[in-house]
Amino acid sequence: MKLLRELLFPVIAVVVAFVVGGVIVWVIGDNPFEVYGLLLGSALTWPDGIGYTLFYATPLIFTGLAVAVAFRCGLLNIGAEGQLYVAAFACAWVSIKLGGTVIKDFSGAPIGYGWVSLPAVVLVPLAVLTAILVGGAWGAIPGWLKARFGAHEVITTIMMNFIAVALVSYFTQYYYKAPGDPIMESVPVGEAAHIPRLGAFVPGLPERLPLNVAFLLALLACALVYVFLWRTKWGYEIRATGANPSAAEYGGISVRKQIVLAMAVSGALAGMVGINEVLGYRYRYYDSFSDNYGFTGIAVALLGRNHPVGVVLAALLFGMLQRGGIFVDAFSVHVSKDLVQVLQGVVILFVAAELLFRGPFGRFGLLKRSKV
Amino acid sequence: MLELRAITKRFGEVLANDHIDIKVEPGTIHAIVGENGAGKSTAMRIAYGFYTADSGEILVDGEPRQIQTPHDAIRLGIGMVHQHFMLVDTMTVAENIVLGAEPGSAAAIDLAKASEEIRALSNEFRLSVDPHALVHDLSVGQQQRVELLKALYRHARLLILDEPTAVLTPQEVEEFFAILRRMREQGKTVIIITHKLSEVLAISDDVTVMRDGRVVGRVKTAETGAAELARMMVGRDVLLRVEKPDAKPGETVLSVQRLSVSVAGGERGLRDVSFEVRAGEIVGVAGVEGNGQTELIEALAGLVPPARAGGEVLFRGRDITKANARDRYEMGIAHVPEDRHRRGLLLDFDLSENSILGLHYRKPAVSAGPLLDLRGIRARAQEIIRDFDVRPANPDLPARALSGGNQQKLIIGREFGLNPKLLLISQPTRGVDIGAIEFIHRKLVELRDEGCAILLVSAELEEVTSLADRLLVIYHGRIVGEVDPKRATQEEIGLLMTGGGKANAE
Repeated sequence: MKLLRELLFPVIAVVVAFVVGGVIVWVIGDNPFEVYGLLLGSALTWPDGIGYTLFYATPLIFTGLAVAVAFRCGLLNIGAEGQLYVAAFACAWVSIKLGGTVIKDFSGAPIGYGWVSLPAVVLVPLAVLTAILVGGAWGAIPGWLKARFGAHEVITTIMMNFIAVALVSYFTQYYYKAPGDPIMESVPVGEAAHIPRLGAFVPGLPERLPLNVAFLLALLACALVYVFLWRTKWGYEIRATGANPSAAEYGGISVRKQIVLAMAVSGALAGMVGINEVLGYRYRYYDSFSDNYGFTGIAVALLGRNHPVGVVLAALLFGMLQRGGIFVDAFSVHVSKDLVQVLQGVVILFVAAELLFRGPFGRFGLLKRSKV
Repeated sequence: MLELRAITKRFGEVLANDHIDIKVEPGTIHAIVGENGAGKSTAMRIAYGFYTADSGEILVDGEPRQIQTPHDAIRLGIGMVHQHFMLVDTMTVAENIVLGAEPGSAAAIDLAKASEEIRALSNEFRLSVDPHALVHDLSVGQQQRVELLKALYRHARLLILDEPTAVLTPQEVEEFFAILRRMREQGKTVIIITHKLSEVLAISDDVTVMRDGRVVGRVKTAETGAAELARMMVGRDVLLRVEKPDAKPGETVLSVQRLSVSVAGGERGLRDVSFEVRAGEIVGVAGVEGNGQTELIEALAGLVPPARAGGEVLFRGRDITKANARDRYEMGIAHVPEDRHRRGLLLDFDLSENSILGLHYRKPAVSAGPLLDLRGIRARAQEIIRDFDVRPANPDLPARALSGGNQQKLIIGREFGLNPKLLLISQPTRGVDIGAIEFIHRKLVELRDEGCAILLVSAELEEVTSLADRLLVIYHGRIVGEVDPKRATQEEIGLLMTGGGKANAE
């Protein structure tokens, strides 16, 4: 019953979004049923459709979780984008330096970028940890600014995004780009840092698909976030702070500590996007790789009601739209992949509208005030 | 004057008013009493056009009328004064009164004319309100009279007053009642919503009693008494006085020396307060709200940053001035906060989760490492629910779903469960039903007799005088006197509460 109620609004939002999107398609001059058939059909074929859908969903699970954890503490983390950039770059940097990267220059002479060449068993955990810690640290800074000076996290995280993007671009351009490479990307990471693609163990799934073990890590992160938030005293303190900071303080909880902690955990989760991107997909740092994962994460968290299970479902939906959008673009006559953006926008609009129903002006609020 | 016939109003699944019939005779003072959630305010808000009834009709002067908005009500001569004043602090009395009904043309407000009218009205009812005074310079009692003037200025013949005495001192209540009587003499009709039975008996001509959204009794005040009214409100016999044996105070548990708390931007706060509380006694703090009670309790609970506090606090001989909230909790200092929604509860959390707030970091809430012991937490919640009669008895409900009285019982159960050495308790029965008040008072006395030291702050003078063994009076952040609650009269205490006692002494 409770679950049903939780699901009701997100499902309505999605259905309405599809109806509105259908009308738009029809007005533009295509057949909405054909377009939706294409959109969903191409996202659900085996193995390519499903493989890509899951691959696209992976970073959104991480960022959705990141936003959800911060939100449970009453914080709006707009900075997942910046956190995942610095984390991905740091992850690549460690995998280059300790992975013994060597490339050849124009004459064929080797240029060494690494210090040492560590074996996979050491390097992979190290690279993964780096992504988590650096993302966490980048997230903790706005948390600390809020706890110490009261600086609003929405402003500071947005600012930190600009710093992050510029900073990693700078290092990529001037220190870690291969000489003569026309693309803004770093030199490749050491091969020992590669994590396996799921095609390596799943029968029928070709290894050319970029879906990798980071997806499993994302699911694991969901389970851990659930346990953390609802089964540990730390999670209790974070949720209590988010639900009512005054009451948390009364309960002997240091609200400032919780703010820093929640932002650090949030940043760490966002940073894990770097694992999927660097260690599992491109094997290098590719500048501006993020397709607004950090911002889409806000929508994912909102649609998923800031619950890990909801986040996975919402991320899968958005992954599907992204995958299907490419085919809509290619095969329909008039509609472009921007349709996906429209659908996402309408979904968010309706999920946000729900807050109006349930918020202080909603039915429940009215009921409360009348009880005098 | 006003008649509600078979008014029904439903909010979602809650039937707030179920075929309500209320008849108010012209030129009388009519009290509507009932516990919280009985539907009193809902009925009156329907009469004033805030809500529209689902069914039923409203008659004004014997004629059926449609009241869809407050404007309709005002046009029919109905005015309402809310529990929380709706005044603009930085404007003058006259400006506040004309707000929304400005005289003169659209371009220029004729304030001079309005001021004259207001002065005339003020004289007529002897309200002594200066139209040119700024609202924030007025006392609470004066502000309330401004609210009355607001309604009178709009030619109200019927005034609906929602819990008007909640914010007043005993003296102010007397003055206020005198004003109401004068209004009645001038032919005005007054409806007063309250849950204080003594006031009902003192001021009203007729009483309508409500319970669970229904009218359960209509009586002439002259023909009833407190016991009967309480029985109608609750549905059973209620013990109105606290019965307690004499205190047997033991060792000193809390010793406060020259405690001060500064408040940002204001002189109010707490200044050089010293007193002691001993084991097995209840020390009451009486005072008009906002005279430093909040600061006192929060400072003792460790919720005031050390930078803002001065002086010394000794707990069982140990200096705890610098200890934080959790340390004090660990030492055995429990705290029932004055505002349960702001401090005491996580409204969206379920009862289980609320039952461990403050001890969520240790046994029995935690089993291994950082992991919460869900089963243990549930068992504890069920224990509180059973021992303190929390209803509905479902640990999975969010705290928000409980009535005020049951929320308070949950908090009290949680804090009492610690076997505290010292209990700081503020407004223990605010917004709590009569039945629950009786229960909470009994539990407090039980705890005292087990040897706990209790510091009790309450805005209800009757409550502190009947529960406390010693009574301190606080005014402008200072303790201005200590009285024996068994001997002191309400007038004496009331005088101290408004700073009068000090003036006499000087």
